[in-house]
Amino acid sequence: MFHWLEKHPFFFAVAVFVTIAFAGLIENLPNFAEASQPTIGTKPYSTLELAGRHVYIKNSCNACHSQLIRPFKSETDRYGHYSLSGEYAYDRPFLWGSKRTGPDLMRVGNYRTTDWHENHMKDPAAIVPGSIMPAYRWMFKNLADIDTAYAEQVTVNKVFNVPYNKPIPTADGGTATVKLAGSLDGAKADALAEAKMIAADMKDQDVKDMVANGQVPEIVALIAYLNSLK
Amino acid sequence: MENRPLEYDYTIAKLWMFMTIVLGIVGMLIGVILAWELAFPSVNLIAGEGLAEFTNFSRLRPLHTDAVIFGFTVSGIMATWFYVGQRVLKVSMAESKFLMVTAKLQFALYLLAVVAIVGSLLLGITTSKEYAEFEWPIDILIVVIWVLFGIQIFGLIGIRREKSLYISVWYYIATFLGIAMLYLFNNMEVPTALVSGAGAWYHSVSMYAGTNDALVQWWYGHNAVAFGFTVPIVAMIYYFLPKESGQAVYSYKLSLLAFWGLMFVYLWAGGHHLLFSTVPDWMQTMGSVFSVVLILPSWGSAINMLLTMKGEWNQVATNPLIKFMVLASTFYMFSTLEGPIQAIKSVNALAHFTDWIVGHVHDGVLGWVSFMIIAALLHMAPRVYKREIYSKSLMNTQFWIQTLGVVLYFTSMWIAGITQGMMWRAHDEFGNLAYSFIDTVTVLHPYYTIRAVGGTLYFLGMFMWAWNMYKTATAGRRVEESELQSASPMAA
Repeated sequence: MFHWLEKHPFFFAVAVFVTIAFAGLIENLPNFAEASQPTIGTKPYSTLELAGRHVYIKNSCNACHSQLIRPFKSETDRYGHYSLSGEYAYDRPFLWGSKRTGPDLMRVGNYRTTDWHENHMKDPAAIVPGSIMPAYRWMFKNLADIDTAYAEQVTVNKVFNVPYNKPIPTADGGTATVKLAGSLDGAKADALAEAKMIAADMKDQDVKDMVANGQVPEIVALIAYLNSLK
Repeated sequence: MENRPLEYDYTIAKLWMFMTIVLGIVGMLIGVILAWELAFPSVNLIAGEGLAEFTNFSRLRPLHTDAVIFGFTVSGIMATWFYVGQRVLKVSMAESKFLMVTAKLQFALYLLAVVAIVGSLLLGITTSKEYAEFEWPIDILIVVIWVLFGIQIFGLIGIRREKSLYISVWYYIATFLGIAMLYLFNNMEVPTALVSGAGAWYHSVSMYAGTNDALVQWWYGHNAVAFGFTVPIVAMIYYFLPKESGQAVYSYKLSLLAFWGLMFVYLWAGGHHLLFSTVPDWMQTMGSVFSVVLILPSWGSAINMLLTMKGEWNQVATNPLIKFMVLASTFYMFSTLEGPIQAIKSVNALAHFTDWIVGHVHDGVLGWVSFMIIAALLHMAPRVYKREIYSKSLMNTQFWIQTLGVVLYFTSMWIAGITQGMMWRAHDEFGNLAYSFIDTVTVLHPYYTIRAVGGTLYFLGMFMWAWNMYKTATAGRRVEESELQSASPMAA
């Protein structure tokens, strides 16, 4: 049979394709069939948080930091409860990472503050002596892309039914709602209001001035995102 | 019909050879910068504070992996295909105007893609999925380039004179099909500007969320290694080692077993990237088990190649090209043993997220992939340019410098990774964590420095290779067609 295949390239290619496609079907499909259910308390991202997530992605933070806590004592001691599938239900793309040059960040919002992040992004080695993380000073000047964050919210809401403007059950038995503005201007106003709360906890005067003038620097959005990781 | 040997047309092969060298140097230069940045963070400011955004580790890292995978390696695949394809199918590119035109178009679009990719990654336009960072406009461009590659493969096969497909062609076909399938499914994304009418036009959101996204990504990521780094490089060694050594492939049956075994088993192993994650347990176990089974087809090819040298081992001493290829095969065996070991659950618990994985990737890519591509292009050069290799001793020096570089690289990363993993999990007698995270970072400094030195040595070797290739093309002594048929045309 193999000799015959080697003389008939079309059937050879078909045979190769079937052989390689087989494993993917068996391994991937079952998980897709079973739609991922969000864990109680898992919320979609707000506009500012999503803009911050874009800053995280833009600077490939996932190249050095994981967002996946494995079920080992050493990891739960260090980072908190191990990861559950449903906690990632609104993560597009996933940001598990494949290398920990720095620590895991999945629950960084539980043990780091706005203030800590601000100083750390400015000069990591001053906050954590011996750190090999570079400074990210341009984030204090570049503006966050609120438009694209809003575009993504609208898209996931329309295409994947991500529940914006709908009550979502929370861990304490109540409900919470994540707002999706009806227009781009509305989204910008919401993001700015959220940015003002973050900036109030920050020290950098330039950042405070920018936010007061209605601008959102990348660092503010990024911190909003990092604080949301719990 | 005239009774004379075919005149193969190497126009396209030459373009890709040039591209392989340029992108090999660029990709590895970025790698060397990254290695020094990790050892000495101030190197992040290599171009000053103003440009730090673009010379920063996090911006350069995806550029490095993509430049080596899709730049250096894919160019090497193309360069060798446009050489090997003609020769094993016994047909000249020049016989088909259509193939010549589409091949040139493919190369032109590839250049365009390189520019777009470098620009977008430096600007931070990325989807963050490893080795699939490109946004949808570039993805579409890449699909077009890949379809044109398929046209080249099947077009040339369509007009072939040799009826039976040589082993290398099997592997090139598999490369084409494998990458096509993986790339398409992993890059399924929704352009957000088209749906919402707002935001950046190039931005997209993944079709898959969370665990499913991870599943598809590592099904892709692992098998991009398979169909980018393993399958096409095996295609090369099945052609170039027998040609260079003058020995027939040791066993046809073994090559059959290894090929179909590899095709069937490789795809299952992707799950080993997700051990102890939130994907279902049975998938993790499958990934782990099939990774170990993968040793069989991998070693099948490698042993087949090493046995091809049976009775001719003296050639290793006299021919530096054989040296490159034999070491490449050896590194292939080493790397495909190391991988399965890392995929065993208990080992993975220690190794995952550490530098040991980085070491594994690099002994594969530097020791196996790069050595094979370097050797393949050096074998091609005299035949393409009809000139003797410029300097055999330069080749020898390159071989030893690069070998030393790889050894420094993987040994330091082994120690670094295992140290890191052990420190992360260490508890004191009261059950508290023994080390803070930063302790596990600072302890790695010596190993990061050794790695940077190793990488720099390897990079130096790349220049020797480029110089040798350039001088061969321009200043090597002319050789006759008859000399090219048998012995390796090499300078003293």
